[in-house]
Amino acid sequence: MTVLDQPILADAVQAPPDTPDGLFTRIRRSRRIRFSFAVLMLILLSSLLTMPLTLRSDHPWGYNNQYALPVRVGPSFSASALWCGSDTLGRSLIGRCLLGGAASLAIGLAAAVISVTLGVAVGLVAGYRGGWIDALLMRSVDILYGLPYLLLVILFKIAFEKPLSLLVRSESAANFIVLFTAIGIVSWLTMARVVRGQVLFLRSLPFIEACKATGLGQWRIFTRHLLPNLVGPIVVYATLIVPSAILQESFLSFLGIGIQPPLPTWGSLAADGLSPALNPIVSHWWMLVFPCALLAVTLLALNFLGDGLRDLFDPKAEAAKI
Amino acid sequence: MIRVIAFRLLQFPLVLAVIYLTTFMLVWVVPGSPFGRTERKLDPIAEQAMKERFHADSWKSFLAYYPIQVITKGDFGRSMQYQEWSVADIIKVSLPVSVTLGIFALTIGTIFGVMIGTLAAVNRGGLFDWLSLTIALIGISIPSFVIAALLLATFTGRLGLFPIGGWGGFREMVLPALALSLAPLAYIARLTRVSMLDVLGSDFVRTARAKGLSRFTVIWKHCLRNACLPVLSYLGPAAAATFVGSFVVETVFSIPGLGQHFVNSVKNRDQTLILGTVMIYSVFLLTFNLLVDIAYSFIDPRIDITAKASS
Repeated sequence: MTVLDQPILADAVQAPPDTPDGLFTRIRRSRRIRFSFAVLMLILLSSLLTMPLTLRSDHPWGYNNQYALPVRVGPSFSASALWCGSDTLGRSLIGRCLLGGAASLAIGLAAAVISVTLGVAVGLVAGYRGGWIDALLMRSVDILYGLPYLLLVILFKIAFEKPLSLLVRSESAANFIVLFTAIGIVSWLTMARVVRGQVLFLRSLPFIEACKATGLGQWRIFTRHLLPNLVGPIVVYATLIVPSAILQESFLSFLGIGIQPPLPTWGSLAADGLSPALNPIVSHWWMLVFPCALLAVTLLALNFLGDGLRDLFDPKAEAAKI
Repeated sequence: MIRVIAFRLLQFPLVLAVIYLTTFMLVWVVPGSPFGRTERKLDPIAEQAMKERFHADSWKSFLAYYPIQVITKGDFGRSMQYQEWSVADIIKVSLPVSVTLGIFALTIGTIFGVMIGTLAAVNRGGLFDWLSLTIALIGISIPSFVIAALLLATFTGRLGLFPIGGWGGFREMVLPALALSLAPLAYIARLTRVSMLDVLGSDFVRTARAKGLSRFTVIWKHCLRNACLPVLSYLGPAAAATFVGSFVVETVFSIPGLGQHFVNSVKNRDQTLILGTVMIYSVFLLTFNLLVDIAYSFIDPRIDITAKASS
């Protein structure tokens, strides 16, 4: 039955309930959210729990244990390290995929944390203070929107990677930190706009007026009255930033400026597996298919989770469900 | 209306100037020189001479020379990496390629995206809805370089339907345009579906159905017009981004477009080329955003861009 065929009074019956249930009950009841959350947890836990194995250099699953296996062997059940085959340097692909998952998810989460913090801070201040502060902050956001984001990411990486590697005394750690910071710093713009819009709306409501009238401090109004009302959109956009950050990292890996080898991410594994898999004479398909499938499943689950949460938080989407 | 457009157009140079200065600042703050990046180390004196020739020995001489050239002659100077080329020539050669491909890709993306989104909304909860949305989600969950390479591997080679790469006729354009169109298609389908569902639930649709209009007429004439507004605001930035070319698609299909210069110029610290490409992108972005705002008020007469500008 389609929307157009429904009886005229249908929406009077199916009008969105005035949320009698708590939020968590509704979250638990949503099959989409439950399923994608389970998938995400499965992938996250399996890549985190196997890290003691994949980080070791003498275990066959070790991410950089070169020539532990024969080179470019297809997936087989003969040994656990060969479940996904081996790569050009005889490393176990399952080990690399698992560690790559940990790295990709870490980058996605860290970038999301950075962009949420920045975006919420800027949006809150701009929306609440208004006036010239709002104009200044929002025009800066507009200008940053006008710059191609690759320019910002690459320049940020070039500028900070060397100094940071001197500071933390480890090139791969510096590479990692700079990468997720760069991605986080370019993806807070939308969050800032969304939060500002929401704050502008909330500020006009009587309860904030009441807060001011009772003489509450600005900090208290911010943290106790504004933030709780912003949690919905923030959570939704945060879950949508994670997949886009992971995808951006894979793009940077393709450009050769992502995570530096031998440390794997799904993106760099897919980029490295591209030419062996598309070799017209002998296709080493597993080197592309496994990292790509893991990447796609994770991003799919994250996007589903974000969509599901948005439907829950957004009353308009709820109404559209009629 | 005309006053608003004129006001926005007057703002253009100001915004562009700010973007120019911001980009310039970013490029200068970052360490590294555009010269002497070849195998042989450049002699310091030669490097200094080279810098002076390009007015890049200090930020003052750079700012004293280039902005005036840009304003008076529209000339961005010579590329610091490809020194026999001027930035204007590089853009003149590669921009038409990217724009042609971009128009093709965006047309595919918009038409099919709106179509799929509408059908999904009308069949809400049905098999088509579920299938199309899952495919759209998968489309934005796989890195674009993988999709482009898979298209290449499937349709060239043994099947031999399309050439492997290069640029020339229509046949060379099909695969890259397809690869480029998938992401916008997926986004547009999702946007159309959500806003279509919104519109389908509204009262005027029920009225239109009640007075006996056919389903097709209601959807085509009454709903689509309202439902395409979010798509329109997505199309502004998307058009700017696709028309200046995509690095991935151009690399995989070896197309001589502008997209590669966005990445390579930054990697080479080619300051003049960076500024040129960024300015082109900004001009596109500003123009399309203005066009979208104008189109908004044509499609939905209730929207008054005069009010938006004054607030």
